[in-house]
Order: sequence, then C-alpha cells, then structure tokens
Amino acid sequence: MNTQTQPVAAPAELLVVNDIEVIYDGAILAVAGVSLRVERGGIVALLGANGAGKSTTLKAISGLVQADRAQVSRGSIHFLGEGTAGVAPSLLARRGIVHVLEGRHVFAHLTVEENLRSGGFLRGPSRRELEEDLERIYAWFPRLKTKRRTQAGLTSGGEQQMLAIGRALMTRPTLVLLDEPSMGLAPIIVEEIFEIVAQLNEKEGMSFLVAEQNINVALRHADYAYILENGRVVGEGTAQALAAREDIQHFYLGGKAG
Amino acid sequence: MTFFLETLIGGLLAGTMYSLVAIGFVLIYKASGVFNFAQGAMLLFAALTFVSLQEQGLPFALALLLTVAVMALGAIAIERAVLRPLVNRSQITLFMATLGLSFVIEGLAQGLMGAQVRALDLGIDDVPLFIGEVMVSQFDLVAAATAGVLVTVLALLFNSTRIGVSLRAVADDTRAALSVGIDLNRIWQIVWAVAGIVGLVAGLLWGARQGVQFSLSLVVLKALPVLIIGGFTSIGGAIVGGLIVGAAENLAEVYIGAHIGGGITPWFAYVLALAFLYIRPAGLFGERAIERV
Repeated sequence: MNTQTQPVAAPAELLVVNDIEVIYDGAILAVAGVSLRVERGGIVALLGANGAGKSTTLKAISGLVQADRAQVSRGSIHFLGEGTAGVAPSLLARRGIVHVLEGRHVFAHLTVEENLRSGGFLRGPSRRELEEDLERIYAWFPRLKTKRRTQAGLTSGGEQQMLAIGRALMTRPTLVLLDEPSMGLAPIIVEEIFEIVAQLNEKEGMSFLVAEQNINVALRHADYAYILENGRVVGEGTAQALAAREDIQHFYLGGKAG
Repeated sequence: MTFFLETLIGGLLAGTMYSLVAIGFVLIYKASGVFNFAQGAMLLFAALTFVSLQEQGLPFALALLLTVAVMALGAIAIERAVLRPLVNRSQITLFMATLGLSFVIEGLAQGLMGAQVRALDLGIDDVPLFIGEVMVSQFDLVAAATAGVLVTVLALLFNSTRIGVSLRAVADDTRAALSVGIDLNRIWQIVWAVAGIVGLVAGLLWGARQGVQFSLSLVVLKALPVLIIGGFTSIGGAIVGGLIVGAAENLAEVYIGAHIGGGITPWFAYVLALAFLYIRPAGLFGERAIERV
C-alpha cells in the first residue's frame, strides 16, 4: 500500500482516511492508526470482530464521534479533497456523507414516511422535490410504501434496516457509511439488503463503506476490504483476494461461535 | 349539585393554567432531555418584559411581538452559552445548569426591570358568567381557551411542519437525527424559543391574575405535580395532568378542607402526585419505549 501522505486527494478518491487515532473521554483509545480509502463508485468493506474499531472508524468519518465525547486525536480525514476535522455532522451530511448507524436507530415514534422525510430536510427542498425523492426511495424499497403510515418502531427488523437506509438515501449522499446492516437479521433479508446496496452502487453511482462481521456476505458484494483488529488495519486487499485467503476465512468464521 | 359543578369547573379551568406552565417543561424535556428548572424564571422574564414595554406606552400587539423576539434571542443565547458546551453531560449536570440559569434570569429580570409588583391588565373582565345555574369565571374561560389555541398551534407545528418532524426526530433519537444532517443546535434554539413563548403566554395569564412579581417564577413548583401525573414527555399529559390537579385541588379544598381547617391547596397536588408515583411512575401519558426488534 502507498504509505506516503497525500495532502490533496486525487479526483478518483472520494474518501481518504490517513492514520487516524480516536480517543474517547480523553483517555480510552478506540482506534489507533486506521488508514483507508474509498474510491468514487466503490463498495468497500470494513471487516473485524466486535470491538475492533469498525463503528468508531465510521463515526470518525461522519463526525458522530463528537456526539460520543470522542475525538480524532491524530491523522486526517479528507472527503472530496477537503479535510473534515472539526466539521459538524450536519454539515458533513450536507457535503454528502451519510451514516446508517449500527442497530438501525429509526425514529421509533415517527411513522415510516416521517422517518424518510426527516432525511430529506437538510437541503431545504421544495415540496415537490421531497415528494419525488420519497417516491424514488419507495421504488427501491416497495415494502416501506405499504407501511408508510405505521410507526417505525412497530415494523420488523428488516424493515427498520431498509428504513434506516432509505432515510439516509433521502439526504442524496455521495458516500453511505453502513454499520452492520446484517445485525440480527435473517440471512434472506441480509441478502436482499446487500443486493439493493449493489444496485444503488451500480445504477446511482453511490459509494459505500460497509462495516460488517458477516465476512462472507460483505466480501461477496464489496470490491475492496480492510480488516480491523484492536483498532488497527491488519490486512487489506480486493474482495476476491481476501475471499480466497484461507486464514481469514478460518480465523473469523472459526472465531465466531455458531 | 350546582355548587359541586361550580367547584369542579372552576378547578378544571384553573388547571389549564397549570397545564400552560407544564407544557413549557415538556417541550424542552422531550427535545433535549433536560428538566428545565429555569422555565419559571423564563415565564417571569417574559411577563416582566411585556409589562415594562407596555409601561413605555407600546400597544399590546407590539409589546407582545417584541417580547416574543426577546424570548427567541434569549433561547439562542442559552443554547450557545449553556447547552452547547454541556452537550452529552449527565442529566444532573444539565439540571444544575438550568437551576443556575433560573437565578441568572431572575436576577437579570429584576435588575433590568425592577422588583416591585406590577399590575397587568389584559382587558378581560373578571365578571362571572352564568351557564345555566353554574357560575363560571370569565377570566378562567379565556385562560382555558388560550391554552386550547396554544395546544392546537403546537400540535400543528409538531405534526405538519418540517421543523416539527425534526423536533420529534431529535426527541426520539438524537444520534440518528445527527446522522441524517439535522442541525441539533438549531433544533434546541427553536425548542427553547417555543418554550419561552409558551412561558410568555403562561406568564401573562398568571401575571394578570396575581400581579407580575418575583413569586411568578414559583409557579414551576405547581407544574411539578402536573408533570408527575401527566408524564414528562406528553403535551396531552400536561393538559390532563393540569386539569386533574386543578379539579382535585378545588374539590379537596372545599370538601376536605372544611373538616381540617383549610389550607389544602398548597400541598394537595403533591400528595396526589405521590399517589400517582406509586401506581404509575411514568405518568398517565409518559412515553413508553417501543421495543420490537
């Protein structure tokens, strides 16, 4: 891998994370040297066990670390060639980074449609634009349309994951950070969700950075992957190359009970 | 029977005044998880500002508009100076901050506008009306109607506007709201401004009844049992809680007070709240978490 520092990202680079360290509460080190890049139109997977630092890395990119009393204490993050240090999450969302949180985090007391709308407000769209965007999301997730008036907290886990992604798409993102989309879902639903991600990538040119414990599914849909362990990148490669590597398969699948 | 009805209706109408105060708490608690002890001080500040402006000879509407502007600016200042630096701190830290805030606001209000009791005339005749045989205070009717209008406006704001949906989103899940680009600081400013305006309405009605003075800020203590009974997270709960407290106070004063020498009103609401705590700790309309994964 190219270890030189690059002050300005080349046009093809959507996201460049350069050797970041994240500290919680001024003391606890969660991420200790993560570098990664996402190219325009790429699907990149961030693999690793629980507590490897996947979520923290994503939060560092979306700026949500600030809401957890954490900070990026070293290194740099560039999105579309611009540094993101100290930029508020709402502004980063406006620049095109959207974060689908682990555990989905839908607005439980809002209806499905209100959840979706809430993602569309940031650009101050006209009523018509907002309706068009809604229809676009319903086209991707027809199931959400049938539940549009249901309180989001009462929908199934799979529907909530779709809603969380749909809500994120309402921000018209360039880069979607997906944290554990497979968590707690039946394999068939996981497959459906990853299939939609691949379609969004192909048809709308949206880029994805997906944190996953489910290596098989992730590698099947990603182009490139990084492996995290104890807050560090310990391996990387094309999805094909990694999928073929016995040791990784063995280590992670064997390490996970069941 | 007529006497009972009069007592009950008088209590219910008076209860809407409690509801008005409680609504201000609910708004801020829902959106930022802060029990805003300064709500009473904000109420006093709003009423004092309005009276002072009126004393300068400003017409009612203009004085009202200016006071609304002052409350909005105050909300922005509070968000900048208190909430933003303390974001993510524990609830007790934020509560202490609002406790401090209430003294600062009270001090500021009296320092700027004087501590003497000011009369406030809203132009409502306090001539009793007779509905059938039942005597009803006209002032209480106006107060109740005002509360009704206010709640309707708030409901429209919450359910039909983008700001309202964002507000409820923040109340539901702050992090998720941040993740889709909702500007938390702006939402807080809006909520505090709205709570300030609700405080203004409550302050004017309470001020008209008992004069605008320092003790106005103590109506927060009346809102507490209302919140415990109605729940901290529901505007509807604040209304119902206010009605229950108002009616119960009045009935107790008349029917129980007579036997134990009166003086029930100051404490009865708290005993009632305690009883509710035993059987329904989240209040009548307290939001129960939706759990289904």
